Amino acid sequence: MASALDLARIKGAARSRGAARIKGALRSPVTFSVVAGLVIGALFLVGTGADPLAAYGAVVSGSLGADGIGSTLTTGTSVLGMALALAIPLRAGLINLGGDGQMVLGGIAAAVTGLYSPLPAPLTVVLALLAGVSAGAAYAALAALCENRFGVPLLVSSLLLSYPATSLASYLVRYPLKEPGSSLPQTRRLPEGVALPAFGTSTVTAGLVLVVLAAAAYWFADRRTAIGYEIRMTGLNARFAAYAGVERKGLTLRLVATSGALAGLVGAIGVLSFPYRFLDGSLTAPGYTWTGLTAALLAAAAPLGTVVAAFFFAVLQVGGLSMERTTEVPRELTQVLQAIVIVFLAARLRFPRLRRRKPQQPQEPADPAPTAREPASQGEFA
Amino acid sequence: MFFDSDLLMSALRALTPILLAALGGALCERAGVFNIGLEGMMLMGCFTAVTTSWFTGSPWLGVLAAALAAAAYSLILAVGAVTLRGDAVVLGIAMNLLAVGLTGFLLRTVFGVQGTFDDPSLAGLPLVGGFSPLAYLAWAAVGVAALLLSRHVWGLRLRGVGEAPDAAATLGVSPTRYKYAAVLVSGVLCGLAGAQLALGNVTLFSENMTAGRGWIAVVAVMLGRALPLGVLLAALLFGLAEAAGFRLQGLGMPQQATDAAPYVVTLVALFLSTAQRRRRAAARTRTRTTGVTS
Repeated sequence: MASALDLARIKGAARSRGAARIKGALRSPVTFSVVAGLVIGALFLVGTGADPLAAYGAVVSGSLGADGIGSTLTTGTSVLGMALALAIPLRAGLINLGGDGQMVLGGIAAAVTGLYSPLPAPLTVVLALLAGVSAGAAYAALAALCENRFGVPLLVSSLLLSYPATSLASYLVRYPLKEPGSSLPQTRRLPEGVALPAFGTSTVTAGLVLVVLAAAAYWFADRRTAIGYEIRMTGLNARFAAYAGVERKGLTLRLVATSGALAGLVGAIGVLSFPYRFLDGSLTAPGYTWTGLTAALLAAAAPLGTVVAAFFFAVLQVGGLSMERTTEVPRELTQVLQAIVIVFLAARLRFPRLRRRKPQQPQEPADPAPTAREPASQGEFA
Repeated sequence: MFFDSDLLMSALRALTPILLAALGGALCERAGVFNIGLEGMMLMGCFTAVTTSWFTGSPWLGVLAAALAAAAYSLILAVGAVTLRGDAVVLGIAMNLLAVGLTGFLLRTVFGVQGTFDDPSLAGLPLVGGFSPLAYLAWAAVGVAALLLSRHVWGLRLRGVGEAPDAAATLGVSPTRYKYAAVLVSGVLCGLAGAQLALGNVTLFSENMTAGRGWIAVVAVMLGRALPLGVLLAALLFGLAEAAGFRLQGLGMPQQATDAAPYVVTLVALFLSTAQRRRRAAARTRTRTTGVTS
């Protein structure tokens, strides 16, 4: 991970304002990847006999139109939450692949708290959110301990721990916590009032506010605090950061626990909004973890970029459903599109320079940005 | 008896796909390419095997097509990580995601079903002496890979490319060529693993049917230290965990507990193996500093 982020950030520091920045953004691998993804998606559409323009039109109108925007914001809440969860460790070059397990445990913890808490409903909601956050953080910390103490890479430990967690949740809602008499693997509905307040009659809840606040906190920490600097420095060059006194293991533990806390929050939000219960698979089936990871990677974990990318993927995910309704193209196409974007991004392809050739030696050393070979993949959003 | 020959037999059957994929991963590891796209390559193999077997009626053509398709798919990693010097971890993750999306999309466009394609007339692989022919192939591949890596000039060059690409290049060995070869062979092996999974272990295709086996293979490579025989032992451990899981399920354990067993066993094995390695390293250091052999 480190190399792509490194270059992006080093050059990001050297970026200049205005036209150069726009030009850099247009030529960046991010733009190339998104355009390439859309073009290949169009080829798929033509291949299945659909009209690409009509299909993409259905994606946009279905997700941003009056009927779809509520759904997009609801999906966006989960996608942004998971994108932040994955972006925070990614900023230091760490990849947490256990988002599913942490999210599901957060959801279960929130459901149990919501069902059995003796407190009044509003306090129960707060308690349930805290329970979700703690469960996610604690489980993620376990994965971090695997790396710190036992030398099992985080990538592997977090992913392997995810499977038992989802199995445990699946077991709990099928046996001890199962709603009596129901044919579905789900808990009872949370008591009246134990829910996040919704905006009007929509499905958009205060969860969106929480997640946006988390994004703002991440932006502030990233830009204005010493820990944010330490994180970025570790992502740029872990050995240098260690030499400069950043305590690697402690940082890993804190970042991964924060990541798990956010994943747990997403799980808790999912339980405290419609359908107000834990239904097996309802948190993991939409693939928020993977969409979130894609968004975080696309934005190189930059705070504002992550928000933009998460919104973009939420639009794709919701729009994919209406594309399926109007054109009969399977919605899995949007998943293909997402993955293609990341393949191109990882390969760091870009549009070729049109006007002038790449100079063999820098001719204008005073103005590095326009000739920078690697414009910041985070720069255009952040 | 809980541990009997039946358990061993079903463990040996369960390990074949993991073993094939892990051997591919081990070759890549030796060539210096971190391949975590095994899961996606396997899934592409599963789908191609089922589709080809369904339309041609021949599971053998299915196996062949799966190997070719997964090898073609592995080119994403070869081109992206070797030629374009992209990030192998991100590419691997993207390949796994792409495979899930692509096979889900094709399942609906080709077969018009969602979730699972299952038909009684879909031809699966026959059993030879109680095992799928691909199981024998996998065991043979362990021997071939072990001999190749330790005895043959190609294997030595492959390891050289992995350990010191610049030195290899200086000696006239093209790191690019060897890395491409390792990735493509891992593609073929993962394709075979997918074919075994979809036409051997079961005879159907379902979305995301690899269910983390590619990741287990990645762990098997770590656990076996990228040695073919080590990888075989690691895969056997996983096979035993899966077989024991099925057995326990038969004895009334909930399915969710047995589903989780292989992952937990793998993780614990990884702990123990790294802990042991560290102890040995520490012992070596002590010996070196004090001059006392224990």
